Order: sequence, then C-alpha cells, then structure tokens
Amino acid sequence: MSVPIYVSPEQWTKDKADYARKGIARGRPLVVLEYTDGIVLVTENPSSHLHKLSELYDRIAFAAVGRFSEFENLRVAGVRIADIRGYTYGREDVTGRAIANAYSQMLTQIFMEASKAYEVEVCVAEVGIEGAPNALYHIVYDGTVDDRKGFLAMGGEADDLNAELQRQYRDGMALDESIRLALKVLRRAAPAGSVTSRLEVAVLERSRPRRSFRRLSDDEVARALEGAGVPSAGVATGGPDAAGPAANGPAAGGTGGDGPGSGGSGPEGPGGGGSGPTASGGGGASGPGATGG
Amino acid sequence: MLRAYAPELLTPAALPPGVKPEVTHGTTVAAMRFAEGVVVAGDRRATEGTSIAQRDIEKVFPADDFSAVAFAGAAGPGIEMIRLFQTELEHYEKVEGFPLSLEGKANKLGQMVRSNLPAAMQGLVVVPLFCGYDQRHKTGRIFRYDVTGGRWEDADYHTVGSGGRDARGTLKKRYHADMARTEAIYALVEALYDAADEDTATGGPDLVRKIFPSVATVTETGYQRVSDDEVRVAAEKVVAAQTGGGD
Repeated sequence: MSVPIYVSPEQWTKDKADYARKGIARGRPLVVLEYTDGIVLVTENPSSHLHKLSELYDRIAFAAVGRFSEFENLRVAGVRIADIRGYTYGREDVTGRAIANAYSQMLTQIFMEASKAYEVEVCVAEVGIEGAPNALYHIVYDGTVDDRKGFLAMGGEADDLNAELQRQYRDGMALDESIRLALKVLRRAAPAGSVTSRLEVAVLERSRPRRSFRRLSDDEVARALEGAGVPSAGVATGGPDAAGPAANGPAAGGTGGDGPGSGGSGPEGPGGGGSGPTASGGGGASGPGATGG
Repeated sequence: MLRAYAPELLTPAALPPGVKPEVTHGTTVAAMRFAEGVVVAGDRRATEGTSIAQRDIEKVFPADDFSAVAFAGAAGPGIEMIRLFQTELEHYEKVEGFPLSLEGKANKLGQMVRSNLPAAMQGLVVVPLFCGYDQRHKTGRIFRYDVTGGRWEDADYHTVGSGGRDARGTLKKRYHADMARTEAIYALVEALYDAADEDTATGGPDLVRKIFPSVATVTETGYQRVSDDEVRVAAEKVVAAQTGGGD
C-alpha cells in the first residue's frame, strides 16, 4: 500500500497559485478605462466570434483574460444570475456587486476544492447612471475581489500596464482618447510592435437607454485611433492573418477556431485552443495581477 | 431557462377544479403587414366580468429589438408570459452572442403558450400575437397561436381577442399588398374602432380622456412605438369618417 506524499497546505496553495498565474500571464492583456460618458473595454483578440468582452446586464459588462473555456463558464453563469434577478425583482435590482460576489464565491470554491485552479481574471464593470459612480470589480483566480477606480489592466504584464496607466490616466477623457491610451499601453506590453491583430473594443455608454453595452465595429475603432497616427493596419479587419512574425500570432489552436467551418461560435469554443491568444514572448513575467491574499 | 435553474419562479398552474377566478381580461389586439415591416395595435380596455377594470392597460410590448408581442386574455398571466418571453430572448442573445431567428422566437413563444394550457382549461386563457421583422428574409412576419400552443404564420394580417372577428372584417377590406405606414396605422385604428362598436370588452379611442390604442411598428430599423399624437390623428380621422358617413 502506498502512503500518499505529504504536501503542506502552504505549498499546495502556492503551487496552484503559481500555476494559475503562469496561465494568465501567457494571455494577452486587457484594459478597462472609465471615460466621460461611460466605460471602455479594450483587448486584442484575433477572433471576432470568441469574445473576451460581453454584456451581462443593462449597465454591466464582463471582461476576462485567461483560458477561454473557463471564463466562458463564468460569463454564462453571470448572465444567468443577472437575468434571474432581473426577472424575479426588477431591472434596477441587478448590480455589479452581486455578480462580482458570486464570481468571487465560485472562484474561491474552485481554487480550494478543484484539483486545478481556474486560470482566469475577470472584471465586472458597471456604469453608474443618474449621478451614481461607476464600479470596476476585479476578481482573480483565487476569488480575491478588489474594487478599482478609473482604470484596470489584467492579463500578461498587468503590473507594468497598471503602472503605465497610473502615470497616463486622467479623469474626464473622451472615448477616442481613452481608446488611444488603451492601445498605447497594450502596445508597450507587447514585444516590439506586435499589436497587429484585431482589437476587440466595447463600451458601456451611460446615455444609452436600458442596455448600455455596445461593441465597436472595426471601422469605429479605426476612426477613433486615426488622430494618434496609428497605422490603420493596426486594426486591420483581416483578423489573424494580419499578424506578422510567428511570435506574435495567436496560438495555433486559436487560429484554427476562427476558420469558417469550425463551428467555433458555440459557447464552448474550439476544444484545443481554449486558452485564447498566447503571446510566446511573455515568458519572464510571473505574478502580475496577484493582489496578495 | 427558468425551468432549468429556478423552477419555483414559474406560475403554478393548477386551481381547485370547478373554481373560476374573476380575473382581469385584456381584449382585442391586431397586427398587419405593410411595405416596410409590420404594425401591431391593441385597444386599452381591461375588463373584470362585466365591469371595466382599467381604461389604459398596455397590451403591446417589444419582445426584443426586432419583434413585438401583444396578447389577449387573462391579463395577469399574459403580462407575466410576456415578461418571461422578453427575458428568455435577451438571455439567449447574451449567452450566444447573437439573437434567435424570428422563427425561433415564434416557436419559443408557442412552447410558453402550451405550458399555460392547464391554466387555460380553467379559464385563464392567454393568446398572444407575435410579429417582427425577419432580418434574414428582409420582411415583416406575423405569427398567431391558439391555446394549445399551435402556431401558424399569417401572410398579411391577424387579430385576436373578443373583438377579433369584427376587427378582422375591417382589416380584410382595407388590406392590400405594399401598404404605406400611415395607411396601415389607419386600418388598425379603424379595425379596433369597429371591434369596440360590436364588442363590449373592447375599448374604442377615448377622445375625452385622450386614451388611444397602443400602436407600434417593427421595421428594418427595429421596434418603434407610434407616438400618441400620430395615433390621435388617425383616431380622429376614423371618427370623422364615421360621423361624416352618418350625416
């Protein structure tokens, strides 16, 4: 009879945390910024079907980095919580806080009980109406939840990005300006000019009645970027094909998922490429985004 | 969605046998295709037995951005059914990232009507009328139901409710292919006027209290409520045509 090897709880949680952090650090970063009329969410995403940004409810959006199949589970659970609450009570009784708490509970439980922690970081963004402030909730793989103000970067190189945003972000930016800032920051994190794939941009617009979430089309993003002299190739509609050097391209599985015949638009996405775009350059970075315990 | 995750929120179906509750009923609604899509309209009266329960009840609702749903029958379960239907459509759209097809929405509503059948057998009948703009086929479409959840598509116009037969007669005379928007709105307001003329449970345009039928269009640009002012103009025209004809 074999005796199980003793592993101390400290070692056990540390291993899990390291594992999750490494997975998250491999993914491309994501930036969330408050601007004058709402909240803008920006990330690189070669796929136009497998979204990293999504609508949860009237004023609430979801953004995630990490393994696609895992955050997709969380996203669908969030939509379900929001819709059931909205149906049972009223539309204004659905709050970002409640959803962020639910995510925190789910991630804590998975981190503690499952044999593998989720390699995800999630942001629940809620735009305030009628004078109420916006809210940005940042939830990490072990369920730690954190309330942010103004800006938030997560994913690979998140520490650098947050430091950069700290320097450059200011209140009261217009939408165009904040998209440009987001791209500038994302570019900095990417190895030499590799932000060549498609940008996924969505906004929560305070002034829109009822459902305030809206995706920006590639054209709209291109127009917003024009002022900064960003070459239009930066948001080429060509999608993954536009990526230049191999090091910058999405992971092979991800590219396959974008193909027309793959049926990849289902919620589970392509089996193999679940972890989304993977920049191979970010090997050195470990531990961005971990906010203590 | 609710059946799977929160079944306790669904309406309990059964009443003791033989009990007929005195409940609020909504009455006549009608829809008609026109050149750019569909128009749907409903009168504003709700009855409770032989008395008027409410003069300005709303029976026409947006189901989502590109479809509208109206109902005739028991108002409580009817409005609840529509609320659940709206939630289902929005839930599907958010989870999948794109909306259901118009056909899919119509089938979903059919299932919901069918699940109301036990209550319908006890007198709580709800019959919806569903219409919308089909973005794939670039046309307006109208779907009607019976209490069993049976679902049929109507090519041109349809009405439901206690005044439905009378309203249908008017629409039959007025309908022709490629109707203009104002023409279709006029036809529906006139149909509801005629229904109110014959059916006590249907309310006509109330020029004294300024309560007019609720009218909405669904076209390529989506669901849009027709303003009260525009409906008032149509209603006054209908009334003027009646008095003019009587002189």
